[in-house]
Amino acid sequence: MWDDARLLFLIALPFLGSGVVAMLPRDARDTAGLLTGVVTLLASAIVASFYGDMASAAVIRSSVEWLPSLGFNFTIRLDGFAWVMAGLVTIIGFLVVVYARYYMSRRDPVPRFFSFLLAFMGSMLGVVLSGNLIQMVFFWELTSLFSFLLIGYWHHNPGAREGARMALTVTGIGGLCLFAGVMVIGHIVGSYDLDRVLGAGEIIRSHDLYRTALVLVLLGALTKSAQFPFHFWLPQAMAAPTPVSAYLHSATMVKVGVFLLARLWPVLGGTEPWFWIVGGAGVTTLLLGAYIAIFQNDLKGLLAYSTISHLGLITLLLGLGSPLGVVAAVFHLLNHATFKCSLFMAAGIIDHESGSRDIRRLSGLFRFMPITATLAMVAAAAMAGVPLLNGFLSKEMFFAETIVEHVDSLFDEALPFLATVAGMFSVAYSLRLIIDVFFGPPPVGLPRTPHEPPHWMRFPVELLVLACLLVGIIPAMTIGPFLHIAVSSILGDRTPYYSLAVWHGLNFPLLMSVVAMVGGVLVYLLLRGYLASGQEGPPLLRRLKAQRIFERIMVVVSWKWARQLESLFGTRRLQPQLRLLVCLALLAAIFPLYVEGFGPRRLSFQKLDWHGFDTAFALMWLVGMACAIMAAIQAKYHRLAALVMLGGAGLATCITFVWLSAPDLALTQLLVEIVTTVLLLLGLRWIPKRVEGDDAGRITIRMRVRRGWDLAASITAGAGIAMLSYAIMTRPLPDSIASFFLERAYTEGGGTNVVNVILVDFRGFDTLGEITVLAIVALTVFALLRRFRPAPESIGMPEQQRLQAAYDIAHPDRKPDETVAEYLMIPRLIMLWLFPVIGVFAVYIFMRGHDMPGGGFAAGVAMSISFILQYMASGTRWVEDHLRILPVRWIGVGLLTALFTGLGAWLFGYPFLTSHFQYVTLPVIGKVPMASALLFDLGVYSLVVGATVLMLIALAHQSIRSPKPSRKGAPPLAGQGTPPPAGMGGR
Amino acid sequence: MEIIIAVAIGVLTGSGLWLLLRPRTFQVIIGLSLLSYATNLFIFGMGRLRGNAPPILKPGTAGDISQLADPVPQALVLTAIVIGFAMTALFLVVLLASRGLTGTDHVDGRESDR
Repeated sequence: MWDDARLLFLIALPFLGSGVVAMLPRDARDTAGLLTGVVTLLASAIVASFYGDMASAAVIRSSVEWLPSLGFNFTIRLDGFAWVMAGLVTIIGFLVVVYARYYMSRRDPVPRFFSFLLAFMGSMLGVVLSGNLIQMVFFWELTSLFSFLLIGYWHHNPGAREGARMALTVTGIGGLCLFAGVMVIGHIVGSYDLDRVLGAGEIIRSHDLYRTALVLVLLGALTKSAQFPFHFWLPQAMAAPTPVSAYLHSATMVKVGVFLLARLWPVLGGTEPWFWIVGGAGVTTLLLGAYIAIFQNDLKGLLAYSTISHLGLITLLLGLGSPLGVVAAVFHLLNHATFKCSLFMAAGIIDHESGSRDIRRLSGLFRFMPITATLAMVAAAAMAGVPLLNGFLSKEMFFAETIVEHVDSLFDEALPFLATVAGMFSVAYSLRLIIDVFFGPPPVGLPRTPHEPPHWMRFPVELLVLACLLVGIIPAMTIGPFLHIAVSSILGDRTPYYSLAVWHGLNFPLLMSVVAMVGGVLVYLLLRGYLASGQEGPPLLRRLKAQRIFERIMVVVSWKWARQLESLFGTRRLQPQLRLLVCLALLAAIFPLYVEGFGPRRLSFQKLDWHGFDTAFALMWLVGMACAIMAAIQAKYHRLAALVMLGGAGLATCITFVWLSAPDLALTQLLVEIVTTVLLLLGLRWIPKRVEGDDAGRITIRMRVRRGWDLAASITAGAGIAMLSYAIMTRPLPDSIASFFLERAYTEGGGTNVVNVILVDFRGFDTLGEITVLAIVALTVFALLRRFRPAPESIGMPEQQRLQAAYDIAHPDRKPDETVAEYLMIPRLIMLWLFPVIGVFAVYIFMRGHDMPGGGFAAGVAMSISFILQYMASGTRWVEDHLRILPVRWIGVGLLTALFTGLGAWLFGYPFLTSHFQYVTLPVIGKVPMASALLFDLGVYSLVVGATVLMLIALAHQSIRSPKPSRKGAPPLAGQGTPPPAGMGGR
Repeated sequence: MEIIIAVAIGVLTGSGLWLLLRPRTFQVIIGLSLLSYATNLFIFGMGRLRGNAPPILKPGTAGDISQLADPVPQALVLTAIVIGFAMTALFLVVLLASRGLTGTDHVDGRESDR
């Protein structure tokens, strides 16, 4: 239990910290740094607290149910290797935070940086501690995402954006491949659980899909660890702030790829394809990276290519397939993290204090910053593999491993030589770093005079360099136990004997080291002249840039092909798309009929039964259908007529609901009908005038043909749906869930109106979703109208008002605008008085909703009608001078009421939205049902009022936006201070 | 009764679809409204037609499906009416905004080149 809590907390802590830090104000550099430091230190302490368990080779597992129906658990699995990696992530994380606090400028939004950094740390811990492959891939992708955000932190810099995008594309695609590979492994093993997978090595390796899984997983690992041919993203990622380069792109994230290789080594490794792919990629990267690194003029570029090369070394060691190779790989992984991280930090200090990281401009810095220079030189020596430093030990192990024969081939024979050459290169670039930067004449023309950094900025470098020295001198006493914990958890009983002594006697690896040292010095001396010429890029390979190839591919895929596909399939025109949709729907309906034919069990028709045929009903629908058809005909030229006809069809629908036992629907439909009509009427003004006969001459034959087709399709679809509905309605009703609701509406829901009980109780969650949609629509309408720009010709006064105003001016006995002011005087008075009446009506249908037709929806719409009537009667300005309506607040209150009513059930230990009811006797009114569903319905009511009123008055407001010289600055929409009337209409 | 509703649904659908395929935004909005009447009636019809049996219980009793109309399609349609209203409102505003921005009420935001 304690272990579970600690492990969960370990992963959750950085994410929590990230959330808190993200909330800090932009300039809270110290607070953010302090908070992040505390979080990372705490995480390190939690990791350290597991030392006892790890030393006894225990594996700690902790599971939380995640998707139990699919057999997925959120599993944390801590074994030795994961523990060492977690330690690396948290401790280096802490050092980087200390460093970053001094590195980051006060002008940058530092809390954002620390927030990303913490979230990245959480994702890393998630990867290394995952006991489930899917979960691991999830965190894997998270690391790519936060790496993207951190590389692009200085987003004003195009190089940073480009680098971030490239890193995300490469590692993201790799992550997707890994995901697919993990699925294949899961398919083979039958489980994604890491323990099961680790125990199923034999099965996986002998399975037909082994190669598929292997290639996919390797694509993930090699892209992440920047292995050839995917190495090019890492140098581009150097546009990130230096702490990010030190942390993500040298010590941790790029190690995740090799971590995965080591993790799955017992399962996937040791086969021939593994040897060739992993070993091949490793050795190519090792040589290529080291070679290119020599010729980098940017300090961070040199370190980046060196990192690529060292990652290649680790990959190669894992590819060899021998247990000793794994030992050397893990050892070098840790060593590389310490010396490369400190080197990056030193490079950052140099950049920070001198203003440049161009090796050609830097020189003789030893004089200005002796301590930093010494530290950097020691770390660089470790990178070169100088004895008594940690890099030497793992490099010796590597050399020893290359001598041993693995797979009998020319490649294997050549390995010792290739390794020695790579060693020479690494000595050469380390030497270049030391000599060119720290020695020689004092630098000229640097932006700043270099000096030592603040002590705490150098402190992490000091610690890391100390670690390099200690591990290099007394390895068995320092790194020994940790290495053993990590290695034995990977290899189990296959853990080989290895010695961590500094001196192994005069042997072949030592000879290789000596050759590499001497050769490296010679290479450096030979290339000095060339390097001094200051040319960019390495000779021979200058023209071949993987990065450029990648960009070409991206252009082709994301631009050229996309364009071609769009021009092939896309259309910007709505009508062809809709036609296609209608035709497809028709075909989809006809197809089953064509295949199955008509028959008794399929689509069949009862003989027309005239029993119960109601002539009045038929006559009503005759009018309704005529209205629909007339609306269809008139909608182009006579919009108002079409609107009236639409209302006719709506009324017929409404009466149908009353006729056929659906009073709730009828009520709601009637009210919504009113609001819709008002809405469309308000919109009419802004649509351009269209006069019949204006474009009669332009009707071409093609248009006639098209219309003919549309008419045919519409008639066919209409006839089809009529037949379909007739066929269904004349069949007996099958068993449905209806009886469930009917039986329980009263006994369990406490209401007699079943429809309302369904809405607010049984399916309350759906209703909650629905009102949320309504709120979103209302806010969208509001937002869209704030930026609304009416067409120029509809800005002026409407025709009628113009005529009325002209009449006033023409008649000297009338005051200007008098007619407009007196317009519809009596209806206006009636509408004014109707306000309280409709209000009471709304309350009435709300209160009876649970038992009788009515409810929150209907009441809400009714209430909003009372508001809009005021607008129609007295005009926007008058209403808002007299009445404060805060529709957004109504929406908010409604949504929260509904939500909290639902949440209230939790207080009593019931699931979300469980309702409770009882009858309460109120004075005067009498016995009233008080269900908690009523409160929910109140939320619905309030939201519907708010949403409807917001939409209607936002639209109504457009009319006062038109610039009138006499009245500038109309009152803002009450309560919100918006929309800004001045300036909007004029634009 | 069924035949009347069926024909009504057919006519509403046909008129709605015809308008849906027209080039003017106002035609489309009227078409969508007609289509939503048809759809609502269709869903409503799935619970079968029945007069004089609203799904309202006598207090204290459980209802019986053989005595009352099916409440489920009614609940669905009630939701559909409200959402349909929201959709009409949103479409209207998009229509107006598009008209303001492009200067035309053609559905494509520009007059077709025929």
